[in-house]
Amino acid sequence: MDGKTGFLQRLALLVVLAGILLAMAVDSAFAQQPTPSDDDVNRVAKQMYCPVCENIPLDVCPTQACAQWRALIRLKLSEGLTDEEIRQYFAEQYGDRVLDVPPARGLNWLVYVLPPLFLLGGVWIVVRVFRSMQKPAPAVTGDSAASGTSPESAEDPYLARIEEELRRREREGR
Amino acid sequence: MLANIGFGVLVVSFITSLYGIFASIVGVRKNSLAWVESARKAMQITFPLISIVAFSIILLLVTGQYQVQYVYNVTSSTMPLYLKITALWGGQSGSLVFWAWLMSAFTTAVTLRKWERDREFLPWVILVGLVTLTFFLALILFFENPFVRFWVTAAGNQVIAMLPPAGAAPLIPADGRGLNPLLRHPGMIIHPPMLYLGFVSFVIPYAFAVAALVTGRTDDRWIRITRRWTLVAWLFLSLGLVLGSRWAYDVLGWGGYWAWDPVENAAFMPWLTGTAFLHSVMIQEKRGLFKRWNMILIVLTYALVIFGTFLTRSGVLSSVHSFAQSAIGPMFFGFIALSMIISVWLLVWRWDILRSEGTMHSLLSREALFLLNNLLFMGILVVVFWGTVFPLISELFTGQKVTVGPAFYERSTGPLFAGLLLLMGIAPLSAWGHSTLKTLGKALWKPALAAVVVVIAVFAGGIRNVGALLGFLLVALVIFITLFEYYRGVTARRRRTGEGLLAALFNLMARNRRRYGGYIIHLGVVLMALGIIGIEMFQTETQGTIPPGGSLRLGRYEVTFTRLDIFDANDGRNVARATVLVSRDGRMLGELHPRRDLYFDSMQPMTIPGVRSTIEDDLYVLLVDWEPISSTGVTFKVYHNPLINWLWIGGFVFILGMLVAAWPDKDPQPVAVAVRRGQVIPSRSSGD
Repeated sequence: MDGKTGFLQRLALLVVLAGILLAMAVDSAFAQQPTPSDDDVNRVAKQMYCPVCENIPLDVCPTQACAQWRALIRLKLSEGLTDEEIRQYFAEQYGDRVLDVPPARGLNWLVYVLPPLFLLGGVWIVVRVFRSMQKPAPAVTGDSAASGTSPESAEDPYLARIEEELRRREREGR
Repeated sequence: MLANIGFGVLVVSFITSLYGIFASIVGVRKNSLAWVESARKAMQITFPLISIVAFSIILLLVTGQYQVQYVYNVTSSTMPLYLKITALWGGQSGSLVFWAWLMSAFTTAVTLRKWERDREFLPWVILVGLVTLTFFLALILFFENPFVRFWVTAAGNQVIAMLPPAGAAPLIPADGRGLNPLLRHPGMIIHPPMLYLGFVSFVIPYAFAVAALVTGRTDDRWIRITRRWTLVAWLFLSLGLVLGSRWAYDVLGWGGYWAWDPVENAAFMPWLTGTAFLHSVMIQEKRGLFKRWNMILIVLTYALVIFGTFLTRSGVLSSVHSFAQSAIGPMFFGFIALSMIISVWLLVWRWDILRSEGTMHSLLSREALFLLNNLLFMGILVVVFWGTVFPLISELFTGQKVTVGPAFYERSTGPLFAGLLLLMGIAPLSAWGHSTLKTLGKALWKPALAAVVVVIAVFAGGIRNVGALLGFLLVALVIFITLFEYYRGVTARRRRTGEGLLAALFNLMARNRRRYGGYIIHLGVVLMALGIIGIEMFQTETQGTIPPGGSLRLGRYEVTFTRLDIFDANDGRNVARATVLVSRDGRMLGELHPRRDLYFDSMQPMTIPGVRSTIEDDLYVLLVDWEPISSTGVTFKVYHNPLINWLWIGGFVFILGMLVAAWPDKDPQPVAVAVRRGQVIPSRSSGD
């Protein structure tokens, strides 16, 4: 067995061990509590925000008002409402801002539609740029095309040579 | 007295900046070196002047001059000295002074460089730097004066003013309100300065870009001069983001590190365009392409820097970070609009001479992959920007505010980040100019095979989450490709020079620090990605109220509550500190002490987690609630955060890579350059 094969085998063993360790590290967890438990309440509260404590999810907000909201969620859960029904109940009472994402209706559609549209526009621009750049650009000398010399130096071969020489030395210096 | 001195020097700083703007404009119009030099001197003088302003505030804070409103708002007698000093950036007006101070330091530093080869840039760089600085000084002077004081008039009314109204006497409160508890953390000592340094140093490449546009010298010179400035800006901004994440993890008590809060997004957006810019300028340097795009990117970065400061400081978007709110929003808005209009006008004016000088031949060439990388960064930017401003737009048009929470950002940006990881793996293997599927496949197959083996092993270990498996595949791919690149370089060098392994590695990196520093940065990013996959896809949590001796179980961990101590600390806090025992699979691991601090001066609570950290995972325990009278027990929330520490380890690697890439070169000795006419012309490095 040559050194290279041995190295690859050791690498493969290391990779397998790392994979197993990784899998162990992310082992799933469980918590058993009476229903509706704190975890049930937090599952719903995690997707909601109270209007006062902006940008702090309801499940972690330490204020008394948010504790009362969590108690209300517990009550609603015990009454048999589903997670979505509870979210809707709060949205009707306090407005859509209590939900963690805007409901897809009215102006809110923009929040979902605009980014993909922009991305598509970006793809279109990139395709166009790529196509246009496959043709050589007009009126540019060969030397400056490769290195991006200044217009002044492109006009004067003497300056262009100095620029090129300096650039080469800068590159070598790095 | 000290407040008067600080205010007086602030006024002088403002006038000096205005004069510098005037002198640079006159210098350009009259083509007068003397006027430009005068502008340069004015620029350089702003730094010592604003230093005096900043030190005046620090002295006021440290000596507890509560008559000054700012001091009263952000300090109290129980605060330790280091927090009194860092309270300089703990409130609105102090932060703006701090911003201006750093800005003047950077712009002064840039005027100290050698300008022989770039003399035509100088007045424009000074002008952009000083206009930005003057804007901030105007905000401080006219809207957020940190030296205003409390007075009591003869009629007994309280007044806040710089100068005493007629017959008024100073009103000196016995103590201050103290710093926001969230800011009383070591992370907060470094996090804001890093962000601000990142913000202000991005002004430098923008200033050079404007200078290049105005003078028509749109070759890659401005990019070469500002390359290191850009890297430094990016280094500081990245450091700020990583430290901010760590602060959020340690202090905010939600078990996470990033909440897509508008103010987090404000710092993230210029980082996105800055990162795209760092990649894109390489294409211009190597291939003469994308001059227009690079200009657009740096203009966007500058606008986002100001926009980020606007979001943070104007209070337009309320969030956990928006500690201070004021009426400076319209000023910011006007400044952003003005700088955008001027930048766009310059771009349109110079559009023709910004044409690319080269051609692109292959979709798999490195420049094409960098272009895709830029597209993905822009995609993420659009998502983050839109998610951040949409609540405002909704409120403006419908009167109803909406919340755009993490779920929106995570779903929208997840695939784009995955695409970036993939490009991060492939791009280093592609060649500038031309690459084919065959050449790329030849370089890629070995690392790809190793990455597939990792994913099979992870799958065999029981992981079935498709997104996570894809994430692990990409992470492994980038790691193997990066290591493979090092391996190839070191092997080639050893073969050629006969050096030892470490010497070959060191010299390889020293010869091309930008490239190999970049690879280290990539390694840092994928290690961070590993931590993010771990916490985002495998985080578990449980909450329960337990009596002393009771336990909460989460996966293989068990948390047993033993005692709760409630006491007053000598720094103005009431502390409720729980002691819990942590075991895993029945084996005792140790004690943790989650606690809740209540600060008397501000009556604000802080939830500090008890955390057991290993490279495998974190067990993160929060003290949620307790009933001091009843015997019901104490409520704990327990998070299991797998792989989270790879996020911080990756952050260190990331910073290390940036230091390697950005470390200054030795100034080469002057050398003789032989040119066609037979003359000998001395040349030297540009000092960039």
